[in-house]
Amino acid sequence: MNIHEYQAKEILKRYGIPTNPGSIAKTPEEAHPITARLAQAGSSIFAVKAQIHAGARGKGGGIKLVKSPEEARETAKALIGKTLVTPQTGPEGKPVDTVLIEATSPLQKEYYASIVLDRSEAKPCLIASEAGGIEIEEVAAKEPEKILKKHFSPFKGITLEEADEIARQLTKDPQQVKTFAEIFQAMAKMFLELDASLVEINPLALMASGEIIAIDAKINFDDNGLYRHPEIAALYDPRQEDPREVEAKKIDLSYVGLDGNIGCIVNGAGLAMATMDIIKYAGGEPANFLDVGGGASKEKVAAAFKIILTDPNVKAILVNIFGGIMRCDVVAEGILAAVQELGFSKDAISRIPIVVRLEGTNVKEGREILGKSSLNLISASSFEEAAEKVVEAASK
Amino acid sequence: MSILVDKNTKVLVQGITGAHGSFHAKKMIEYGTQIVGGVTPGKGGETVEGVPVFNHMKEAVEKTGATASVIYVPARFAVDAIRESGEAGIKLIVCITEGIPALEMARLKEWLFQKKIVLIGPNCPGIITPGECKIGIMPGYIHQKGSVGVISRSGTLTYEAVWQLSQRGLGQSTCIGIGGDAIVGTSFVDVLKLFEQDPETKAIVVIGEIGGTAEEEAAEYIERHVTKPVVAFIAGSMAPPGKRMGHAGAIISGGSGRAADKINRLKKAGVTVAPSPALIGETVQQLFAKKYEPKSRSRV
Repeated sequence: MNIHEYQAKEILKRYGIPTNPGSIAKTPEEAHPITARLAQAGSSIFAVKAQIHAGARGKGGGIKLVKSPEEARETAKALIGKTLVTPQTGPEGKPVDTVLIEATSPLQKEYYASIVLDRSEAKPCLIASEAGGIEIEEVAAKEPEKILKKHFSPFKGITLEEADEIARQLTKDPQQVKTFAEIFQAMAKMFLELDASLVEINPLALMASGEIIAIDAKINFDDNGLYRHPEIAALYDPRQEDPREVEAKKIDLSYVGLDGNIGCIVNGAGLAMATMDIIKYAGGEPANFLDVGGGASKEKVAAAFKIILTDPNVKAILVNIFGGIMRCDVVAEGILAAVQELGFSKDAISRIPIVVRLEGTNVKEGREILGKSSLNLISASSFEEAAEKVVEAASK
Repeated sequence: MSILVDKNTKVLVQGITGAHGSFHAKKMIEYGTQIVGGVTPGKGGETVEGVPVFNHMKEAVEKTGATASVIYVPARFAVDAIRESGEAGIKLIVCITEGIPALEMARLKEWLFQKKIVLIGPNCPGIITPGECKIGIMPGYIHQKGSVGVISRSGTLTYEAVWQLSQRGLGQSTCIGIGGDAIVGTSFVDVLKLFEQDPETKAIVVIGEIGGTAEEEAAEYIERHVTKPVVAFIAGSMAPPGKRMGHAGAIISGGSGRAADKINRLKKAGVTVAPSPALIGETVQQLFAKKYEPKSRSRV
């Protein structure tokens, strides 16, 4: 799960990591007094930052520097309620509901720091670099020698010695080494305590004043750990997600929207990915990933049809079910019931053809049930044939 | 011969009184697996499917002589169940449960290593040696005894691959679903090592997917140590970056975990990669038809 920058910064502050002073505004009117207060405290330049769940906001015009409360209000007005497109949002963009207004001050140098879980080592890892302010992938590609890594214990967190070792490679100044090490320890602590999957501060800046401050922050959480952190789970912002993914999530279906025109309903995540792959292999384009779960119950299949039919690009649907423990005859009845429940007429099916491929337990009975139905579903007897038939149906 | 489990493996079911636990206990018994008992705290003394239920793993192991256990308890209790099983002396634990936090798995890994425990999963279909022992949730009848070893991160896609093999008369020595989470107990490399040593296994099928670098590590190992022919399929070529594709571990992030990179690395290691998921069985069949001679590889 992702959260907004301002929420991530609240967590950083809670763990003692300094950020620039600031507040959020949900309307342009709120932006004025917030900026006025920051000005009173002695600041003269302010950043107005659109809060969306995507990076590269600067490139999309989502981060602006302003000099007065009036200017802040006008900038907030231009951002709030709009859809922001950045190189990371995709062409559809993300809605801006909130802006973060912060006092800014001159900085000397930008660093990078993050914590991730290294899957192959099965250990959390601190990553730091003196090349901050740009994407770490870019640094990894161009100057990999500038990336420092330190694995640490998932029980103890990062020790002072370990944090120090990395900090010393970033700077020679003893006071800065101490501050960096403290920040790394705090990041590790929150990573472990909150079941995070990523804690990233980029840039982590050395200010002209000598302070070290988190200028931007991103925290992602392990969905499997959310049950033990209700306060984090409450930060879920469905407005930042694909509405179909949000709907699917409510009924415990796993859905990811794509750009193609062939809707897919599959049981099991691996088979669902493989179904997208085989559609491509057969010359078509999948419209989605959708896993109805190993059991493929009637309710889930009906819900899956509903979600897929909200996608106007869908020209044909492929239902691919490998009935293991769940018998194919039961799945077949479920598919028919779902299609009927949704009021699918013969006419509708002729517009959006449905190809069904069943395999596994009681497959003969399952296919007979589908064959006897008056709904004109297109039956396929193999994985390959199903892909070919649905690609053909979608191209008509 | 087979790996990890055979007809002599005695199995305890943790969470046997739950809906999933009792259903699958029945299916495993029907398949011929030696299910010798189950555990549910507070339900000791009852029987489920004709086998005794115990309150604790320690007592269950002492009374039954079990050497393996399978876990069907909800995610928030699963880690404790794994630890309880290991502390009771079980050396092979299969965890079906989905939803265990990744950091909990990171914390478990060291303990598993020290105790020399093999954990299969979590979030997996389990392990089966056809005709002898099935521990998990896979449909038994699609399997056939034979000489192809199957390793996979998926559930139903594994059934698909096994089905394609069995349809062509290509039986399996052992099939293992290692699980779809970011951190799992047993890796591709761990299983490849066992298949390479198993005289009955003549060819190996590896079914990977996007996310992480387990397939790249498998390729590296195959290149150096595996003399048997390997066929692979990698699911998720069409998956967009940054999106989780159902499995907790199936996500392309920070430029790593792409299907194309995995496929290229496997090919470089001499693995035959099936271009379509419908061609897994056929690809294995072609390898056998060529009367494939095991290559001699330089050993490092």
